[in-house]
Amino acid sequence: MENFEPKIIGFLCNWCSYAGADLAGVGRMQYPSNLRVIRVMCSGRVDPTFVFKALSEGADGVLIAGCHPGDCHYTDGNYNTLKRIPLMLKVLEQFGVEKERVRMEWISAAEGSIFAGVVKEFTETVRKLGPYKRNGLERGGKVG
Amino acid sequence: MAKLNLALYWASSCGGCDVAVLDVNEKILDIAAVADIVLWPVAVDGKYADIEAMEPGTIDVCLFNGAVRNSENEHIAMLLREKSKVMVAFGSCAVSGGIPALANFKERDEVLKRVFMETPSTVNPEGVLPLTRCEVPEGTLSLPEFYKYVHCLDQVVEVDYYVPGCPPTPQRIWDVVQAIVSGNLPPRGATVGATEKSLCDECKRIKQNKKVKRFYRVHEIIPDPERCLLEQGLLCMGPVTRGGCGAQCISANMPCRGCYGPLPGVIDQGAKYISSIGSIMDVQSPEEVESLLETIADPAGTFYRFGMSTALLRGANR
Ligand code: SF4
Ligand code: SF4
Ligand code: FES
Repeated sequence: MENFEPKIIGFLCNWCSYAGADLAGVGRMQYPSNLRVIRVMCSGRVDPTFVFKALSEGADGVLIAGCHPGDCHYTDGNYNTLKRIPLMLKVLEQFGVEKERVRMEWISAAEGSIFAGVVKEFTETVRKLGPYKRNGLERGGKVG
Repeated sequence: MAKLNLALYWASSCGGCDVAVLDVNEKILDIAAVADIVLWPVAVDGKYADIEAMEPGTIDVCLFNGAVRNSENEHIAMLLREKSKVMVAFGSCAVSGGIPALANFKERDEVLKRVFMETPSTVNPEGVLPLTRCEVPEGTLSLPEFYKYVHCLDQVVEVDYYVPGCPPTPQRIWDVVQAIVSGNLPPRGATVGATEKSLCDECKRIKQNKKVKRFYRVHEIIPDPERCLLEQGLLCMGPVTRGGCGAQCISANMPCRGCYGPLPGVIDQGAKYISSIGSIMDVQSPEEVESLLETIADPAGTFYRFGMSTALLRGANR
């Protein structure tokens, strides 16, 4: 799979990880442009539906980043993330999706270099995994 | 008023939906009074050729149950669509794949191998697998083609209404029949015979604090019949499932399996359920989370029990 540039969707919480990404930018740190950032108010807002939808509609990997446990702006939003994402990973594996395609990270507003490092490393992981395989089936109507 | 022409068909299904129709009991006579049944393989004699000979639109309403697993299911779905004014996906399999679609977790070849070679009740030393065509002295035998994916009805033909349930309850079936007869139907594409609110909304159990330290499988505990089952650690799908069934399973002290399908606006019932379960787990550290998750035997199979055809991630045949 030469010249494969993975598409990665990153859900970053407004209060820590998004600010961390900002800091990486202001500090002119280099990291791959494979990440497409979506800002969410809290990592606890990331419904597994978002992740599944991202994968089914073109993403090869998904990053979910929030404040460190204990630091969530909404007190315990990221504790929900911390419980939800591992369950989601189990389900992903049962669906035959490599769980390495989804990564959960705690990145504070001061951790610009950590953010850049995570993006670099994750992009390489997903590049090695290759493109996420989707089938061409179209869902016909609107059930539910 | 002229009598309606009604067709009922089963594709890849267990027969339960047809039995549920019979379970309207004496009201079946009322149905017969307003409708001529032109096709109902489980109950009356009929030939595909008779349907093929019909003009398009001859059938007023077709209640189609079962998923589309093979070429025969697909052929009849297209035939009935052409001949029917109103096509109803009837029951969870037609709506979203249902139990047959759990096979989508496996590749087609794995399914065939398991069923025709490995099951304990199978004796097949030569490893014979079904073929679509087979020459015998008397001529050619043919079988439908087994597809690699289990589809729900609207992945194959256009569907006008959806009636979820495994099976739909007789009361709801009767409501649907009455709506059809009176012409009092909601806009096309609607889900009928189910409510717009979650099952929890109609569930009478005492709901207190949803905090769970471990999950149980149904055979592992006898739950308190008054309290919310989810609070007792049973994976009840009530929070993400449409109401309308009358909370049947709950009354039998069994958790909801989600057969009435996702709530309006929810595109993936399983994903939504992961979200709700996440917030009730009463643990904090990653290690505790892992050991609590160990108590869920088959998360994907449980959360997508009826919805594999419509799951965003499609399974092994992706
Ligand atoms: S989770 Fe189940 S038992 Fe609890 S309120 Fe909802 S439907 Fe009732
Ligand atoms: S309680 Fe749940 S599984 Fe049982 S009939 Fe109702 S919707 Fe279906
Ligand atoms: S606000 Fe950052 S994880 Fe909740």
